[in-house]
Amino acid sequence: MSAVDNPKQPAKEWEPNIVGFACNWCTYAGADLAGLSRMQYPPNVKLVRVPCSGRTNPQFVLRAFQKGADAVLVAGCHPGDCHYATGNYFTRRRYLLMQRMLEFMGIDPRRFQARWISGSEAPKFRDVVTQMTEEIKALGPNRKLREEI
Amino acid sequence: MKRIGVFVCHCGSNIANTVHCEKVAQVAKDFPGVVLSTDYKYMCSEPGQVMIQEAIREHNLDGYVVAACSPRMHEPTFRKCAARAGMNPYMVEQVNIREQCSWVHADKEKGTEKSIDLLRMGVAKVVKNEPLYSTTIPVTKRSLVIGGGIAGIQAALDIANAGYPVTLLDREHTIGGRMAQVDKTFPTLDCSACILTPKMVEAAQHPNIELMTYAEVEAVDGFVGNFDVTIRKKARYVDFDKCTGCGACTEKCPKKVPSEFEMELGVRKAIYTPFPQAVPNKPIIDANHCRYLLDGKCGICKKVCPTGAVDYEQKDELIMERFGAIVVATGFEQFDISAYEEYGAGKIPDVITGLHLERLMNASGPTAGKIKRPSDGKVPEKIVFVKCVGSRDEAKGRPYCSKACCMYVAKHATLLKEKMPNSKSYIFYMDVRTPGKNYEEFYARTQNEYDAQYIRGRVSKIFQVGDKLIVRGEDSLLGRPVEIEADLVVLAAGMDPRSDAKDLARTLGISYDQHGWFTEAHPKLQPVETHTAGIYLAGACQGPKDIPDSVAQASAAAVKAAGLLSKPELTSEAMTALCDEAICSGCGLCQSICPYKSIEIKSVNERYHGQMRQRRVSNVNQGLCQGCGACTVACPSGAMNLKGFTNDQILAEVDALCQR
Ligand SMILES: Cc1cc2nc3c(=O)[nH]c(=O)nc-3n(C[C@H](O)[C@H](O)[C@H](O)COP(=O)(O)OP(=O)(O)OC[C@H]3O[C@@H](n4cnc5c(N)ncnc54)[C@H](O)[C@@H]3O)c2cc1C
Ligand code: SF4
Ligand code: SF4
Ligand code: FES
Repeated sequence: MSAVDNPKQPAKEWEPNIVGFACNWCTYAGADLAGLSRMQYPPNVKLVRVPCSGRTNPQFVLRAFQKGADAVLVAGCHPGDCHYATGNYFTRRRYLLMQRMLEFMGIDPRRFQARWISGSEAPKFRDVVTQMTEEIKALGPNRKLREEI
Repeated sequence: MKRIGVFVCHCGSNIANTVHCEKVAQVAKDFPGVVLSTDYKYMCSEPGQVMIQEAIREHNLDGYVVAACSPRMHEPTFRKCAARAGMNPYMVEQVNIREQCSWVHADKEKGTEKSIDLLRMGVAKVVKNEPLYSTTIPVTKRSLVIGGGIAGIQAALDIANAGYPVTLLDREHTIGGRMAQVDKTFPTLDCSACILTPKMVEAAQHPNIELMTYAEVEAVDGFVGNFDVTIRKKARYVDFDKCTGCGACTEKCPKKVPSEFEMELGVRKAIYTPFPQAVPNKPIIDANHCRYLLDGKCGICKKVCPTGAVDYEQKDELIMERFGAIVVATGFEQFDISAYEEYGAGKIPDVITGLHLERLMNASGPTAGKIKRPSDGKVPEKIVFVKCVGSRDEAKGRPYCSKACCMYVAKHATLLKEKMPNSKSYIFYMDVRTPGKNYEEFYARTQNEYDAQYIRGRVSKIFQVGDKLIVRGEDSLLGRPVEIEADLVVLAAGMDPRSDAKDLARTLGISYDQHGWFTEAHPKLQPVETHTAGIYLAGACQGPKDIPDSVAQASAAAVKAAGLLSKPELTSEAMTALCDEAICSGCGLCQSICPYKSIEIKSVNERYHGQMRQRRVSNVNQGLCQGCGACTVACPSGAMNLKGFTNDQILAEVDALCQR
């Protein structure tokens, strides 16, 4: 049986599972543009749409790792371009704190990344997703923080 | 458990080519809550929509997920579709298996797998959706324009012409602002008064405009659509209903005061109109200089007034009015040159600013348009201009460019040559910036036809020797020092925000940058909006601007204001923040993070161990909240949530993405 027939069963070849939080106004739009431009990138990053990167509660990030995500991406507008003016400044501050805290807990900082990707930066979106997938593939599955399922 | 429907769209072959849509729909049947899962060629088409509506009724669905294109494309379509079947439109989630899946992953197995993951996420979210409703608030169909310079006048006229009443308020006695002080305007050199005065008069006579000069905004309450504004009408000591503007009082008043309008190069009386074309054209008494008001002696104006309009007993009056929209157009101040001691600024009388020169050139100015230098009235021959004084100078805390100076200096040099063919202008500059229609051409003419000599370099010192001013600087193109013996030095003083701009910003609840310029909601896409809904910016109060830019921005702000006023009522966002008062600690962290100032801390009464007590909790103004969600993350007690993107919903999405 393939993974498609039974999604609960792990795929033969391990593939990283990456949860991405994308703000509606920039990064989510940038990802849509990548689609419109028919760019190709690995399917490992799945986006959760949030109004603003500043909506991403650190709790969501922890939960993703607990539940078995191998990495988390938070992405939003470039500093200064947030649709709500200041949201991503808070994202940036929180991200830096959060990354250090995760590192302290034994999670490789590459597993938690924040990126600024505008609505027109489809190539950047593709590159970030591709690069992150490769990095996490090399790192292997995340075992830290993870609840046994 | 809610009853959820799932609809997987093929988008013709756009999705179906690289995703097994039937299989995705099949797998989704097992997701918790799903009572119906099906696929169809075009979900957004009329038959697709009808199919969804029938399914909603037939299967008694509480919510549905459509796996299709981007929600940025068709979310409104599928929400409306739900509403037509009697379902709350916010019970719909759309997952993106086209832009973010079928179009970017060629491998059909992998695409199918990801579609299933995304759909699982959508279903996990939708079972936690709750019906949401937007609220409506009425709109007061009147606008307030604060500041009656060219920007404020233009905005007021445009709003009034769109059919809405406007109050045009200025703290000075007359409208007109800086432009009234300017002699001629670049790049066309038409006389400023000739193009400004008709607009001032038009504003004063417009049936939709109420002029409120010599008045200030004291307090602003309320929010978009309904601002309650407290206005202080300052005492004028002249009853405008009786005054005919004959001017007898001004003529007889014995007290002379340096005229602010004339940059203190001329005098006015204690009862005065600032300039002949002032609007309104009736005098007021300056209480700080009137002999009668200061020590009870004099009273001449009252005696000579033929209509008995002078009223020494008049008091300031506070009024409160309600407006739907506010345009802020309070302009700028000229940089105070005395910060440049090395230029003798403020000490040597013949070192003046651009605005001084405007007044000296003006035919109705203190010298009747003859260029006479302030110290001895001599007509200058050699004139030195120094640009970027109080602009682009980190050391003076002014890193920004004041935008109008390059052009007004070129204008000054041109006009001086026209007035005095034997004169010569020397212009020290760092760069010459002429971005504007016909600006570069104007600058070229200044050099080629009007013989102005541009010297690239900084001036290091200006001092007086006899009746000459020695200007010492460097020509950085030739790399050697220069010294010019000048008769008059004009410093192109930059633009500063109004000294009290920050106070007004706090009163209005709008933001300002590190210098005091008001900040727009978005530097590119919302240049005239502020972060406070219903308050707009026009003219130089937002940053240095010349007249064409100020006018363009004023019209833009007017359209925004009129657009707001044209609505019968305002519909607020449905996806707004909401505080759970039961667990809110009243800490106020949410309040300080909200970019739209939508949060207030209020008191609630509650019963606690049989006794009534008061507790402070957060309260989100649903009319102001834009739904960014910043407050939800700031809240340490988890009391603040964002409707449509609640913590529970997002956590459910995360869980679903990880469960595979
Ligand atoms: C020397 C000089 C020469 C210039 N020459 C030219 C030129 O030739 N061509 C050109 O295009 N531009 C020129 N400019 C620029 C031009 O003056 C400005 O672009 C223009 O005046 C901006 O208009 P405004 O309405 O935004 O502001 P302002 O003209 O500053 O008007 C603001 C108004 O708001 C009122 N106000 C301020 N604060 C409050 C408050 N708190 N409450 C109520 N009312 C308030 C003020 O009394 C004033 O009436 C020149 C500038 C200078 C300094
Ligand atoms: S969601 Fe954003 S706009 Fe609304 S109250 Fe919270 S911080 Fe303010
Ligand atoms: S941050 Fe949370 S606990 Fe604090 S006042 Fe706001 S809603 Fe209440
Ligand atoms: S809206 Fe994109 S980061 Fe705030």
